Amino acid sequence: MTIKDAMNVLGARCVVGEENLDQEVRSACGSDMMSDVLAYSKDHSILLTGLCNPQVVRTAEMLDIVCLIFVRGKKPDETILKMAGERGLVVLETGHRMFSACGMLYEAGLNGGKI
Amino acid sequence: MADAITLTYNVTKDDFTRAGEASADVKQKLKQMGVSPEAVRKVSIAMYEGEINMVIHAYGGKITVTISPDKIRMVLADSGPGIEDIEKAMQPGYSTAPEEIRNLGFGAGMGLPNMKKYTDSMHIETKIGVGTTITMEVNL
Repeated sequence: MTIKDAMNVLGARCVVGEENLDQEVRSACGSDMMSDVLAYSKDHSILLTGLCNPQVVRTAEMLDIVCLIFVRGKKPDETILKMAGERGLVVLETGHRMFSACGMLYEAGLNGGKI
Repeated sequence: MADAITLTYNVTKDDFTRAGEASADVKQKLKQMGVSPEAVRKVSIAMYEGEINMVIHAYGGKITVTISPDKIRMVLADSGPGIEDIEKAMQPGYSTAPEEIRNLGFGAGMGLPNMKKYTDSMHIETKIGVGTTITMEVNL
């Protein structure tokens, strides 16, 4: 699916990177602990998180993640959005909680990636 | 080695927003040099974890990255407080990070284990009250 498809599945709002919504995505991971993302993420294109700080963008940068989805209605601040924009990331916001958001995307065809 | 390239970075204590800048810079440079994506990824993750550690646990420090034809060596030297129990610190999930660090998404006790996991060799030298120097290598 594309990021746009994922956005539609969640009814999410795109706050950064509208021009990159057509990118293909295959797998996702969800966590509020960035160290765990770094430990277990291999080939993910999407990171779902409720954590709102610049290190979310850095983590995505290190792992070549292309889309950040902030769950539970979290609103990333200007610093985060600016950093994400500079790196060509897509940032989405959804009011869904982590479990539901992950479940909806999984059902729509995204997988959890290699172990 | 004649054609080794050395990069150095200063890491500032408690500057959480900028933590990771050095690792991001190295990542970009390695990519430009045409280093394999797998090696770039390993170096990026290991160095980023180390850089975060220097910001949250240590009083800042210096990172030296040497890129040779056969390997990339990272030396992360900080000025304290030292690691009390390395064996424990190497256990996944063991953390001494305070609550405020956990709230920032780190302190899951995966820092050192991640650094070991993503590098081909890792050596820790530490002295309480003096500092810690971690040397990591990724083979090319």
